[in-house]
Formats: sequence, C-alpha cells, structure tokens
Amino acid sequence: MNASELDGPRVKRTVLGQEGRVVSTSSELTRALGVVAIVASVVLVVLGLFVSPADLFQGDNVRLFYLHVPVAIVALYIAFTVTLVGSVMFLLKGSVFWDLLAGAAAEVGVLFLGLTLVTGMLWGRPTWGAYWVWDPRLTSTAVSFVLYLGYLAVRKLEMDPTARSRRAAVLGIVGFANTIIVKYSVSWWRGLHQGSTLKPLDSQIEGLMMFSFFVGVVAMMAVFAWLLVHRFRLAWLQYQVDERQLEVALRERRSEGSSSGLAQGGI
Amino acid sequence: MLDGVVSLIGRFPALAGINLRIEASEVILLRGPNGAGKSTLLRLCAGLAPLSGGSGRVLGHDLGLRSSRRLLRRQVGLLGHKTSLYDELSVEQNIRFWAKANQADPGMVDVVMDRFGLAGRLRSVKVSGLSAGQRRRTAMAIVVCRRPSLWLLDEPHSGLDQEGRGLVDNLVLDAAAAGATVLVASHEVDRVVDLGARTVTIAGGRAIAESPDVA
Amino acid sequence: MLRDAGLVALKDLRIEWTSRILTAQVLPFGLLVLILFGFGISPERIVQGRDRRTVLEDVSPALFWLAVLFSSLLALGRAFAIEAEDGNLDALQLAGLDPAGVFLGKMLAISAELVVLELVIGGGALLLYGATIEHPLLLVAVLVATTFALSAAGTLYAALGAGIRVRDTLVPLLVLPVLAPVLLGATRATESALYGSASDGWPWAGFLGAFALLYLGAGILFFGSLLEES
Repeated sequence: MNASELDGPRVKRTVLGQEGRVVSTSSELTRALGVVAIVASVVLVVLGLFVSPADLFQGDNVRLFYLHVPVAIVALYIAFTVTLVGSVMFLLKGSVFWDLLAGAAAEVGVLFLGLTLVTGMLWGRPTWGAYWVWDPRLTSTAVSFVLYLGYLAVRKLEMDPTARSRRAAVLGIVGFANTIIVKYSVSWWRGLHQGSTLKPLDSQIEGLMMFSFFVGVVAMMAVFAWLLVHRFRLAWLQYQVDERQLEVALRERRSEGSSSGLAQGGI
Repeated sequence: MLDGVVSLIGRFPALAGINLRIEASEVILLRGPNGAGKSTLLRLCAGLAPLSGGSGRVLGHDLGLRSSRRLLRRQVGLLGHKTSLYDELSVEQNIRFWAKANQADPGMVDVVMDRFGLAGRLRSVKVSGLSAGQRRRTAMAIVVCRRPSLWLLDEPHSGLDQEGRGLVDNLVLDAAAAGATVLVASHEVDRVVDLGARTVTIAGGRAIAESPDVA
Repeated sequence: MLRDAGLVALKDLRIEWTSRILTAQVLPFGLLVLILFGFGISPERIVQGRDRRTVLEDVSPALFWLAVLFSSLLALGRAFAIEAEDGNLDALQLAGLDPAGVFLGKMLAISAELVVLELVIGGGALLLYGATIEHPLLLVAVLVATTFALSAAGTLYAALGAGIRVRDTLVPLLVLPVLAPVLLGATRATESALYGSASDGWPWAGFLGAFALLYLGAGILFFGSLLEES
C-alpha cells in the first residue's frame, strides 16, 4: 500500500481526521494542478472562441474541436491506460493502491468519454446534419463508453472486496484490448468515411489553430490529473474508513465471544 | 496450526483472530453458537476462505500463499451445507464425474455407492429428485472417494436418519483409524465426543475454550 | 489441462442433453427472435438499386447473428448457473482442476451448443427471409470462427458474473459491448457469403479467428484469477 506516488504522507496525516483536523483530499500538488487547469481553461476559451480564426470549410464549428479532441485523447489514451497499468500491477502485486488508482482513472475516464460523445454529437449536428452519424470514431467511442460502464458496475458489486478487485482488474486489462479491437474493426467497416481534419487557409493561421489545440490538450490533461488525484484520495479515505470499521467490527466480534459463548453454557 | 487468524466474509470478520493447534490424526469437535465462525474456519482450513490477517499452516501448507492453498485443496475433504451436485445428472453420474475430477480410483465408485446405500434404485435417479438426506449421502460418497488427509465436516449429522448418522460416525472412525485428521462442527456434542473427539469451543470468531474432558 | 477440459466439456454437454434446456427453451427463443424481426421489418419492402432484394433478405445476416447473440446469452448464463447453484465452483477448486482446463471445457461445451443454435437459427433465417448462399465455403469458415469468438469471449465474461446475485443483469452489460466487433465482422462476412464477393469476406473471417485466439489466450491466462475466492 504505497501512496507516496500521489503525495501520500500528507494523505496519511489528514486521513483519519483525528483531533478535529479537517479531512481533505487537497494538497499543494492539487492546488497547483487546479491553478494550471483553470488558467489553461481560460486561455483555451479566449483562444478557441475569440482569437483563433474560423475554419475554411467548417466555419465556427471547428472551435468545438479544441475541447472535443483533447477530451477524447485524455479519456482514450491516458485514463484507460492508467486503468490498464493499475489493473496489471494489482494482479502482480495485489496492493490496494493500484486497484484504487485503476478504479479512479476509469471513473474519470468514463466522464471524459461521455463528454467526448456529447461534444462530438454537438459538432455533428451542424456539420453532418444529424446528431448521430455512424462515424467510426463516434461509434467505437460509444462502444468503449458502455464497456467501461460495465467495468464500473463490476467495481460496485457486493462481494468479497479482494475477489471483486481481481475481477475488475481482469476486466480492466481485457477491456483495454477490446477497446483497441473495437476501434480498428469499426474504422475498417466504415473505412471510406474519414473524419474531418483541420483545413486552414494558410500556415500562419494553421499555427494559431494548432496552438489552441495544444492549449486544449494541456488544459484537459490538467483537469484530468486534478480530478484523478482527488478521486483517488477519496477512494483511499474510504478505504481507511473501511479498515477502521473493520477494527471496530473485530472488537465487537470478539466481545460476542466472551459475553455469549460459555456464559450460556454453550449450545 | 492457526495463529491469530482473521478471515473476512465481505467486510464481516467471521474469524476474529483465532488461535488453534491441532495435531495430526486428531479428531476435533468444534462447538459453539450459530454464527460463531465454525463454517468459516472449516472453509479456511480447506484453502477456500481468504486469510486476511494472522498466519496459518494446514497440513504443512501456508494459508497465505495462493500456490500452497491450491496444493492443500486437493488433500482435504469438505462436507458443507452445500452438496456440490449437478441436479440434472444421476447419482452415479455425479459420483463418477467427481471421482474423475478428483483423480480417484474408479474402482472406489461402486464400493462407496454400496456403502452409502446408493447402489440400488437410487443409482440412476437424477439428483434433483433426491431428498435432502439422500443428497448428503451422495456428497459423503464423493468425499470418501477423495481419500482426504484432512476431513472437514460441517454439521454432518443434520437431516440424516438413524442409519445415515451411523454412516457419519463410521466415516469419522474410519478416517481417524486411517491416520487422517478430522474436524467436525456439530451441535451433537455427545455423539461426536463418543467418537473420541477433543472439544474446541468457538464463539465470536475465536476459540474460547479447549477441553479434552468436556461436560 | 486438456484432460480437465474434456471432463468438464463432457459433463456440461451431458447436463444439456438430459435437461433439454437448449432444445426446449433456447432454440425456440432464437426462432422467435427471427420471427419478431420479420414483424418489425415489413417483408414487402424492397432495397432500391440494381438488386431489388427485399430489405429483410438484405439485412438477414445481421438479424441471424443478433438472434444467435441473444440466444447465446441464455446459454452462457446457464453454463455458470449450473456451477453456482450448489457450491460446485468450490468443489471444482477443491478437486484441483486446472482453471485453464475448466475454461477450455466450458468454452468447448458452449461452442458445441452454439453450433446447434447456428444451424437451426440459420436454417430458420434462410427459410423465413428467403436468403440464398453464394459462397458456402466462406460461410462455413465464418460460422466456425464466430462460434469460437463468441464462446471464448462469452465464457470469460460470464465467469466475471459467476456466483453473484445480479449475474443475470450484469453479464449482458459486460459481454455485449465486447462482442460488438464480433457481430460486426460476422455480419459483414456473412453478407459477402450470401450476396457479395468472397474476397471481401475472408479478411473478416480472419479477423474473427484472431479475436477467438486472443480471447482463448486471455481465458487460459485469467480464468484462475476470476474463480479464486469467489
């Protein structure tokens, strides 16, 4: 149980909320991340909505890309990779840290994937004339979304926590492989429908568009990291609370023995 | 054998730090109120229930290691509340399947079916058509085929007629005579003590008393 | 591993043979789904273009595989229900059976059941939707590859729900998105086999075979982790 990677000592210090100390999931790290996230987001809004030019073919619709693509990149490439790594490490090491990290990343990942779908559909309405078209990326994203909803459902099952974590870990690994399969099979199927890319007027404007996009990626990564750390710490706190309740339960269980058992002359 | 073992079912500490030493080829009666942790103790000794705290060795296998738990499982015979039978298969098909799965001597199948009164009409009856007592007899026959070195019997007498209870008693005596260790969780204190058992009382997930000469 | 697999597969098939759940309940369900699709899609509607096929014939590969997919969910649920009812999963572990062998055995039994399902539902689809087979060899390859793709992935995911109260609702949620690429590939390949060109279908058949092998490997690797302490 190694939490040091995510600023662990501080978590441990505040975790139990003893002596009236306020329990918090924040730290210097998350505050810094939060500032980065906010600043980058504000810059993104300014750049994306006001400074950067409209696209030659897509017009103002292109502005949605500065949010849509970074969110999709973070969800598909970062969040579920963290879940994959956490799942593999949990199966190898069996430590709660990796299990909780995998779960936290999947939860935030599903949120980002949902955002990807919503922004993708909003972009599709003016561009393609419909909220939903069978675009390969949109379709495979939708399937992955349901796949990871299933992963989260397994994490919420009422059963032995260790066995549940192990099942979730298997799902986290196989589900990742399956996301790749879905992606390739769908684009193979819809091979001719290539999604639009940026088609700017000249190279100078292209630079500005690329910069906005870059800021979007930074902003979304910061938001993701901030959410992930908080979500993980919340799960870690929950785990500590559970461990504490276990101690109480153990004490109760033991006193059960001394009060009932022999005093009543056995059964 | 068990040292401060904690075993959780979900988040409930069914075993709350139990200490227990059992010598090889002993017969032990586990007694205690309902919900004391007897069944969990038996599942733990079978290598099925998880070890969440403390340490334990059963038949020389470390309960904390998954690989050694796997080795342990082959050597125990667990007779629990569930009978592990396939409803759609006949009594004989069930016994033959489990005998093969357990890599038991195929010649044992007919022997045990005779011994537990399953050789006649019941042989080809589907398990779904059996009474609770008949199911338990079938389950016993399967465990006998395994020739375990550690017997874990959970309320073996319950739901059986006089003849069936006699079969259970003989089972325990035979196992002990063959040098196996037997743990019996039972409310039939006198009956099991007559079989020469040492008594361990379990309550609140711990062993609270041991006595060779129980009242 | 193979010995254990054979033992488990024979046992499962024997149970299906005596209980007749497959023939009495799952097969009629599959055929019913075919008929209901016919209600949903008016049989007189014609595809525009040169071919002038009915819409029903045009989408018959998709409807066929959907019917197989839904029926296979029932077969999968049953394969683990028989183990969970009376604590048999514990007994399998106590017997020291190789988890990979148990996985293979379950998978083989389900494959055999799927073949029966596919033949009957496929016959029904040909009859009801009036489809004709252009490339029989491709169709056979697709049936075999899809059978193993469905059974390998299905067995692994059904085991995720083994011994859980909410199994019946959870397993479809887990397994259907995973099988989405299989449905896609099988449908495209079957379209080629029925009224397309075979060269379009073979790559999909290869994809289905690769999918089956991948999940075969995953099942052999992970099945033990899924059964442990469940």
